[in-house]
Amino acid sequence: MAASIYLNVAVSGLLTGLVYGLMALGLSVIFGVVRVVNFAHGEMMTVAMYLAIVAFNAFGLDPLVMVVPLAGVLFALGYALQAGIINPFINRPEHSQFILLVAVALIIVNLLLIVFGPDARNVQTSYSFDSFALGALIVDATKVYAAGVSVLIAAALFAFFRFAPLGKAIRACADNYTGALVVGLDIKRLYALTFGIGAACVGAAGAMLVLLIDVTPALGPAYTLLAFIIVITGGLGSMPGALLGGVLIGLTEALAGLLFTPSAKSMFSFGLLVLVLLFRPQGLLGKRA
Amino acid sequence: MLRDALSGAPRRGLALLAFLLAVLCGAPWLAGDYLLTVLITILYFAYTGQAWNVMMGFAGQLSLGHAMYVGLGAYAAALLYVYLGIGPWIGMLAAIAIAGACGAAIGFLAFRFGVGGVYFAILTIAFAEFARIGFDHIGLVGGSAGFFLPVANYSRNDLWNLRGSPMMFYYVMLGLTVAGFILCHLLLRSRMGYYWQAIREDEQAARSLGIDTFRYKMMAVVISAGMTAIAGVFFAFYYNNLFPEQVFHISRSIELILGPIIGGIGTLFGPIVGAFLLTGLSEIMQDLLAAFGLDVPGAKQVFYGICLLVVVLMLPNGVWPWLAARLGVSGARP
Repeated sequence: MAASIYLNVAVSGLLTGLVYGLMALGLSVIFGVVRVVNFAHGEMMTVAMYLAIVAFNAFGLDPLVMVVPLAGVLFALGYALQAGIINPFINRPEHSQFILLVAVALIIVNLLLIVFGPDARNVQTSYSFDSFALGALIVDATKVYAAGVSVLIAAALFAFFRFAPLGKAIRACADNYTGALVVGLDIKRLYALTFGIGAACVGAAGAMLVLLIDVTPALGPAYTLLAFIIVITGGLGSMPGALLGGVLIGLTEALAGLLFTPSAKSMFSFGLLVLVLLFRPQGLLGKRA
Repeated sequence: MLRDALSGAPRRGLALLAFLLAVLCGAPWLAGDYLLTVLITILYFAYTGQAWNVMMGFAGQLSLGHAMYVGLGAYAAALLYVYLGIGPWIGMLAAIAIAGACGAAIGFLAFRFGVGGVYFAILTIAFAEFARIGFDHIGLVGGSAGFFLPVANYSRNDLWNLRGSPMMFYYVMLGLTVAGFILCHLLLRSRMGYYWQAIREDEQAARSLGIDTFRYKMMAVVISAGMTAIAGVFFAFYYNNLFPEQVFHISRSIELILGPIIGGIGTLFGPIVGAFLLTGLSEIMQDLLAAFGLDVPGAKQVFYGICLLVVVLMLPNGVWPWLAARLGVSGARP
């Protein structure tokens, strides 16, 4: 009996962790290429979550159907943000970029507060309470769908960066800024595209997370921090690292919530982050800078 | 010493400084209760910004977790006062020691293991969040239900126990701000100050010149943490209530560093100018929005965010360097 509880919780944490991983993948892609830490990452996710709720309430569109359209909307938002205000900051010091993105985050959180109010919201789908049973293991169907879609999107992104000419061009910018300039790559446009792609990841993750958690405007900063923990644990700039970090943090939080008290669960994530920063600062799968 | 400290400053700058100080000393006699609280907030942010600036502005180490030092200082002094009856000025020593030790521990771990830049910044957030959730679960400090000091009797000012009217707190905070300013001025012109600036500009070059970068980065963290803890003691005795959700929250760390960054990082007047601008802006916006009937929750912060954006876009080095050039006092302070 006891063992099956642990197994159930672990599997549930792992599935949630894959969705976290997709969200963190966005942060990792942005940092890996643009070298800007997106301090408005969680806030961008809450934008996607609210849009998913609006689509569900107004048109009855399932959040899983909205994954692709919302990724598109967030892509446009991210592209505009990078092209409009972040590009002039690429060569500025970190604290300057930090303030810029904190300001963006502040604006997003409070616009959401004005439009949607402070109450927690969620969606109830027809399959909210469905589950799959495999012997003693009972898995929440929603989490299985969300984790599956996350893995699919991550795989598509891997393929894009590996095989598509545009993906290769973006990697070239990340590897060698000057070299990319020399061969005639339009770095500013590629940076904007990259920020868009990172935002699209977080948009897709937000569309799915709305099925798993309630959203409030204040959720943003907590998820920005969560995304940091994940990418640093996995390796900032490493794509497989983000997914691995997501799964690890998902597992840690789920098990800490079970073994101790749920309110202390993020302490364990922060503890893990501190250990990783001290003993393997480049992250589990990161390359030494 | 005073003459030494003042040398190199243009007369115009000194006159301006004297004028500002005179205005601040006289202000509470002219200001109403409301304005007085606003002024206390401004001075609080000017002082904490100055403390943070030692680490980031002087030595180039970005900390995004300074709320932790405020919180540790606040809890240390409050606990000593409530449980053992030890007054805040003695408690302050404990607060400085505890915050300094924590700063040293974080600095030691980070600098020994070569954690720098963005990673160091995120490490400081991690420790602050760790402290926040930790304090939420410690019964002795009241946990998430908060820790309270006995409410002050406003009729009598007891400076030794920091119990009294806002007027008294104003002068205490003004004293702290002036002391912080002088300390930073002396630090910046000391040998260590020049080492810090060398580390900030190019750490490798500094080390190759024989500067013990580890030691001086540690000094910056410890001094900054100790100074910030004093603000925490003030916070505890001024507000009389402490909640981990509030004192340790990352948004406290962020609001603490906005002032010096907007004002001008690495400058002595930057944190002060930034605190006046941001707190003033925030209060004016509140009134303006109310006048236009737009004071819905969140509206103020949206405009505040837009103003931040505009300032960082227009004045990348902060307001003070720009203002100093306009006033003809640039070069007054490094």
